Amino acid sequence: MDLNFTPEELAFRDEARHFFRTAIPEALRAKVREGRSLTKEEIVASQRILNARGWATPNWPRAWGGQDWSPVQVYLYQDEMQRAFVPPTISFNTTMVGPVIAEFGSDAQKTRFLPRAANADDFWCQGFSEPGSGSDLASLRTRAERRGDTYVVNGQKIWTTLAQYADWIFCLVRTNPTAKKQEGISFLLIDMKTPGITVRPIVTIDGGREVNEVFFDEVVVPAENLVGQENKGWDYAKFLLGNERTGIARVGMSKARIARIRALAAQEIVGDRPLIEDRRFREKLAAVEIELKALEMTQLRVVAEERNRVRGKPNPASSILKLKGSWIQQQITELLLEVAGPYAIPAQGNEDGSNEPAIGPDFAAMAAPGYFNFRKVSIYGGSNEIQRNIIAKAILGL
Amino acid sequence: MDFDLTDEQRLLKDSVERMVADRYGFEQRRAYLALPGGRDPALWAQCAELGLLGLPLAEEYGGFGGGPVETMLVMEAFGRGLVLEPYLPSVILGGGLVAAAGDAAQKRAILPALAAGRMQLAFAHLERRSRYDLADITTIARADGAGFVLDGAKGVVLGGDTADTLIVSARIGGARCDADGIGLFLVAADAPGLTRRGYATQDGLRAAELTLAGTPATALGAPGGALGVMRRIVDRAMAALCAEAVGVMAAMHETTLEYLKTRKQFGRAIGEFQALQHRAVDMLVALEQARSMALFATVMAESDDPAERGRAMAAAKAQIGRSGRHIGQEAIQLHGGIGMTMEYKVGHYFKRMTMIDQCFGDADTHLAQLADAGSLFEAAEATG
Ligand SMILES: Cc1cc2nc3c(=O)[nH]c(=O)nc-3n(C[C@H](O)[C@H](O)[C@H](O)COP(=O)(O)OP(=O)(O)OC[C@H]3O[C@@H](n4cnc5c(N)ncnc54)[C@H](O)[C@@H]3O)c2cc1C
Repeated sequence: MDLNFTPEELAFRDEARHFFRTAIPEALRAKVREGRSLTKEEIVASQRILNARGWATPNWPRAWGGQDWSPVQVYLYQDEMQRAFVPPTISFNTTMVGPVIAEFGSDAQKTRFLPRAANADDFWCQGFSEPGSGSDLASLRTRAERRGDTYVVNGQKIWTTLAQYADWIFCLVRTNPTAKKQEGISFLLIDMKTPGITVRPIVTIDGGREVNEVFFDEVVVPAENLVGQENKGWDYAKFLLGNERTGIARVGMSKARIARIRALAAQEIVGDRPLIEDRRFREKLAAVEIELKALEMTQLRVVAEERNRVRGKPNPASSILKLKGSWIQQQITELLLEVAGPYAIPAQGNEDGSNEPAIGPDFAAMAAPGYFNFRKVSIYGGSNEIQRNIIAKAILGL
Repeated sequence: MDFDLTDEQRLLKDSVERMVADRYGFEQRRAYLALPGGRDPALWAQCAELGLLGLPLAEEYGGFGGGPVETMLVMEAFGRGLVLEPYLPSVILGGGLVAAAGDAAQKRAILPALAAGRMQLAFAHLERRSRYDLADITTIARADGAGFVLDGAKGVVLGGDTADTLIVSARIGGARCDADGIGLFLVAADAPGLTRRGYATQDGLRAAELTLAGTPATALGAPGGALGVMRRIVDRAMAALCAEAVGVMAAMHETTLEYLKTRKQFGRAIGEFQALQHRAVDMLVALEQARSMALFATVMAESDDPAERGRAMAAAKAQIGRSGRHIGQEAIQLHGGIGMTMEYKVGHYFKRMTMIDQCFGDADTHLAQLADAGSLFEAAEATG
C-alpha cells in the first residue's frame, strides 16, 4: 500500500492546476466562485477552451477524443478543475449522452453528434423525469409511436435542467406500453427545434431559472435518432447513471468552497475580531473538513477499485459518495449563511449588470440563494433516499 | 399551571385565523407580492379594524392591553399564512419601544396612530458590523438645540421601507460596543439628511438600508441608558418570532404529511415507505419541541429579571432555529423536485423559516450565549 501519488501523477496534477488557472478566464471562474449562474455563452466558451486541449471529454473512448487516463488522473483532473472554480462542462454532453452514444450509438450518430457535443456546438439536456415519474423513473409515460421511419412523441418531461439553452434533448420514451415497465423504454435523441415542443420555465426557490417543463405534442422524430435498440433504453440509462461514479462527490468543489469561507470569515468582524477567530466557528469548519477528508479518501479507494471494474456498470459505492458528498456541499452553504449573518436577509439579484451597490458584504447576496439552491443536490440524480435503498440492497443485501 | 386559552384569547385566535384563511391563500399572497411595495395596504387596514395593531398597547392609547399570549396567537397564525404585513417591526418592536421608552406626550402622539393604522414604525438598530449585538453601535447622536442630529448608517431595517417614523439607536457617548451611552431617537421618514433604500428580503418581506447625515431627530425618552429597554423589547420580539416560526413549521409539517399521503411512486403513496414515515415522525418531534419552547419564551417574555429572561430567549431561539432548519430541510427533501419551486408553497415557508433564524441571532449564536450565561435550570438539582 502506498497512499502517495507517484511523481508522474504529481506532475500531471501540477500541469492540470496550471492549465485551469491560466487558460480559463478569471472572470468565468469568479462567477463560479461567487455562486452566480453562468450564461449559455460562458458555459460554451469555457468548454471550448477545455475541448481545444482534449480536456472536455477525457472519459470518452480514445477514438472519440478521450484521454485514456488512469482513474487517478481522472480524479486529479476533476479535483483541480473544481478547486480552480472552472465552470463544469455541460454534463449532459460530456458525462451523459456522449458516453451513451459512444457506447451504443450507430457510427452515423457518433460522427454526427460526438464532436459537436464535445465542443458544445450542441447544448444537450436530459429528458428523463416526468411529473408522475421521479424516483420511480421506469414508470415514465411519454409515448413514442413508430410511424414509418419516424417516431411520434407525445407527453411531458419535467425538471429539465437548462432546456432553455438546449439544442437537443435525450429522452427516455415508452415505445412498448404493454411490456414490463423497464422493457418498453427507448432512448431517443430529439432536436429541440422540432415543431410541437414547448418549454416552460420553473422558477426555483433561489429565484433562479435552471429547470423547465418540456411538452411534446405530436413531435415527429426521425427513427435514425433512436440510440441502440428499441426497448433497450433502460439499459442505456443505467449505463449513463453508472458512468458518473466518482465526480459525483464534488470533493474539489467543497475544498475550494471551504477555503473561500475561511477567507471571508477572516474579513467578517464580529464584535472586535474576525469571525474566523471565534473558536466555535472554527470547530464547525473543522468538523466539515474532517468529513470531507474522509470522503476524499473514500473516493480515492473507489477510484483505485475502478481499474478492476467493468466500464459503465454502476458501482454501489458511488451511492456512498453521493450521500456524503451532497451532505457536505449542503453543510458548506449553511456555513456561508452564517458568515453572512443578517446580511443574508436582503434579496439581491444574481444577474449581471446590476448597477445597485451591494447591500452588506459582496458575498452575502448569494449566501441564502446558494443555501436554498443546494437543497437540490440531495434530490436530483437519484435522491438520497433512493441512494440509501441502493446501498441497503446492493451492498448490505437487505 | 394552565395551558388553556381564555374565551377572549380563543376569540382572538379564531378571528386572526379566519383572516389568514380568507386573505392569505397561496395565490392571493402571490398577488400581494407582485404589487408595488410587495403587499396590499388594505390588509394593514384590516389588521387595524380587527384590533391587531393596538393589541399589545394599553387601552388609554386605543389598545387592548394584550400580553405575550395574545401576541403569540397572532404571530403563530401569521406564520401559517406567511403574512407580509410589518407587524413585528411596527407593532411589536416599534410600539413596544415607544410604550416602554417614550414620554407621555410621545406615547399620546404615536401609539393611538399606530393602533389605528395611521402610522407605521420600524426599529433601526443593525449596522454593517454589529451582527447580533444590540450594543454594537457607531451611529452618533449630537445634541442640537432642543433635539439631536444623527450621523451613521443602519442596515436591514425590517419594515423600514414604508415606516413613517424610524426608531434609531445611536450613541451619545461610549465606545463602539459599550453598554452605556446608547439612546433611541425618533426620525421622521422625510427628515432631511435621511436616505433610505428599500428592498425585498429573501422571504418576500421588506427592509431598508438607511444613511443618516446630520439628520434631525428627537430622543425617545431620556437618551443614555437605552440598552436595557432595547433588550427587553427585542426579547419580546424574539418570543413573537418563535411563535411565528411555530406556525411556519406546523404548516411545513402539515403540507409534507399531505404530500406523503397523496404522492405516488412505485405504485403506492410514498408515505407507505417506512423510511419516510420515520422522517415525518422526527419532524413532528422537532415541531413539538419548538412549540414548547415558543410557549416558554412567551411565558418568560415579560420577566423583569434580564438575565433569566435572556437565558430563556436564547434557549427558545436556539431551539426554534434548530427545529426550523430540520423541519424545513426535510420538508423540501420529502417533496422531491416540487419542493424546489416557487410555484409550490413549501419552499416559501422554508425561506421564511431560514430568515427567522437570521433575525436577532441564529441558533448557534444563541446556543453560544446560553452556554456562556449558565444553566437554564436552577442549581437545586446539583445540591439536592
Ligand atoms: C434542480 C433539479 C434539477 C433536475 N434536473 C433534471 C434533469 O435535467 N433531467 C431530469 O430528467 N430530471 C431532473 N431532475 C429530476 C430529479 O431527478 C427528480 O427530482 C428526482 O428523481 C426525484 O423525483 P421527484 O422529484 O419526482 O420526487 P419523488 O420521486 O416523488 O420523491 C419524493 C420523496 O419521496 C422519496 N422516495 C421516493 N421513493 C422512495 C422509496 N422507494 N423509498 C424511500 N423514499 C422514497 C424521495 O426520496 C423524495 O424524498 C432535477 C431535479 C431538480 C430538483
